[in-house]
Amino acid sequence: MAEAPKKSLFALLRESQVWNSIFRHGPPDNTRNRSLAVLTNVFLHLHPVKVRKSGLRLKYTWCAGGTTFFLFLVETVTGLLLMFYYRPTSEYAFSDILDLRSQVPLGIMREIHRWGAHAMVIAVWLHMLRVFMTGSYKPPREFNWNIGVLLLVLTLLLSFTGYLLPWDQLAMWAVTVGSNMARATPFLGNEGPGAALLKVGDISLVHAGDDARFALLAGRFVGSGALLRFYVLHCVGIPLVAAVLMAVHFWRVRKDGGISGPL
Amino acid sequence: MPDDPKASAAPSPVPAPPAAGEGVTRRGFLSWIGVAWVSFSGALGVASLSTLRYFFPNVLFEPPQTFKAGFPDEYIAGQVDNRFKESFGVFMVRDAGVIYVLKAVCTHLGCTPNWLEAEFKFKCPCHGSGFYISGINFEGPAPRPLERYRVVLADDGQILVDKTRIYREEKGEWQDPESFIVA
Repeated sequence: MAEAPKKSLFALLRESQVWNSIFRHGPPDNTRNRSLAVLTNVFLHLHPVKVRKSGLRLKYTWCAGGTTFFLFLVETVTGLLLMFYYRPTSEYAFSDILDLRSQVPLGIMREIHRWGAHAMVIAVWLHMLRVFMTGSYKPPREFNWNIGVLLLVLTLLLSFTGYLLPWDQLAMWAVTVGSNMARATPFLGNEGPGAALLKVGDISLVHAGDDARFALLAGRFVGSGALLRFYVLHCVGIPLVAAVLMAVHFWRVRKDGGISGPL
Repeated sequence: MPDDPKASAAPSPVPAPPAAGEGVTRRGFLSWIGVAWVSFSGALGVASLSTLRYFFPNVLFEPPQTFKAGFPDEYIAGQVDNRFKESFGVFMVRDAGVIYVLKAVCTHLGCTPNWLEAEFKFKCPCHGSGFYISGINFEGPAPRPLERYRVVLADDGQILVDKTRIYREEKGEWQDPESFIVA
């Protein structure tokens, strides 16, 4: 019979090779190991090693950036689940949306995705307002402010591309109106400044059949080609770019000295 | 070579090193690297342009840009004809001795206006812009009249509508003889 003092299950786990192969430092009971816990973790290493007390105050940060990231994760998970049922063709898209509500278990999945999207847009604006009001865009954080602006634009583009997918009248006309802006792109839109200059003899090089709006919609008007392109951009293209920029954004918070202190 | 004069100057009793690497001068190496980079950049450029071209399909499953719209006699004077509204996005109008083709796209934000027979005007359902039968705007947010498409008589006497050319009233283009046909 074992006479040695009984070790807890957790202690045994801690001594196992599996544990030590994953966590290559001792228990976080001193400053060095606490730092190593962050430095040796691929997810945590994007996060500052230490956070100032002021950075945790809700009154200072509003947790708007964290909320935005949380909502991005919510959108990713619910969006992935919606992809199991939704077919991005003009034949099925609208009826699949109706079926997601009435025929599929947990019929609020689409509503979570939709409300989460609205909340994310609000949260990202609040985050921008907070960063502006606390002067956190100032050196050395100017670069991260610019990354943030790109992420804001990507959030709005996610919102815009997702708006077409229900394929109802509201979606059709909202995207018709929205994509008309692309007509006015300088040189690349057929009604944009400079487009009239790009012609060979009497033949215009930039017209409704080959301009920026055409590339976006895969046609001269919002049709099934536009639905597919918006779907791919919404589910793969934009989230991928946003994820890379988010990694840069979080990592730069750390590199630029953590969350800014109070003024 | 200037880096290490001893290595090449000293006569060596051992057999000469392998031929590979011999005869490679700094100038030769750099020009080959230059050729390599130019080819690589060229290939990358061609691949990028081809990928961009990939987004513009060769065949479109859209109605053709030009179509025949029947004979002038088929249209009643003083009426807006909706028969090609769904398929080609145009209003055929015969009024005041001419036939013209209005583009069924509101000049405010691009919705499709409806012809209201009782009120004798075009009305956009999105934001309420109103247009006379001529296409001139008179109410709501639309900043300019509806556009007209090129329209001519084909050899067989049918009306030929050409959607690749647009005529704008505010530019004085409705005077153009191809923006209407006399009927």
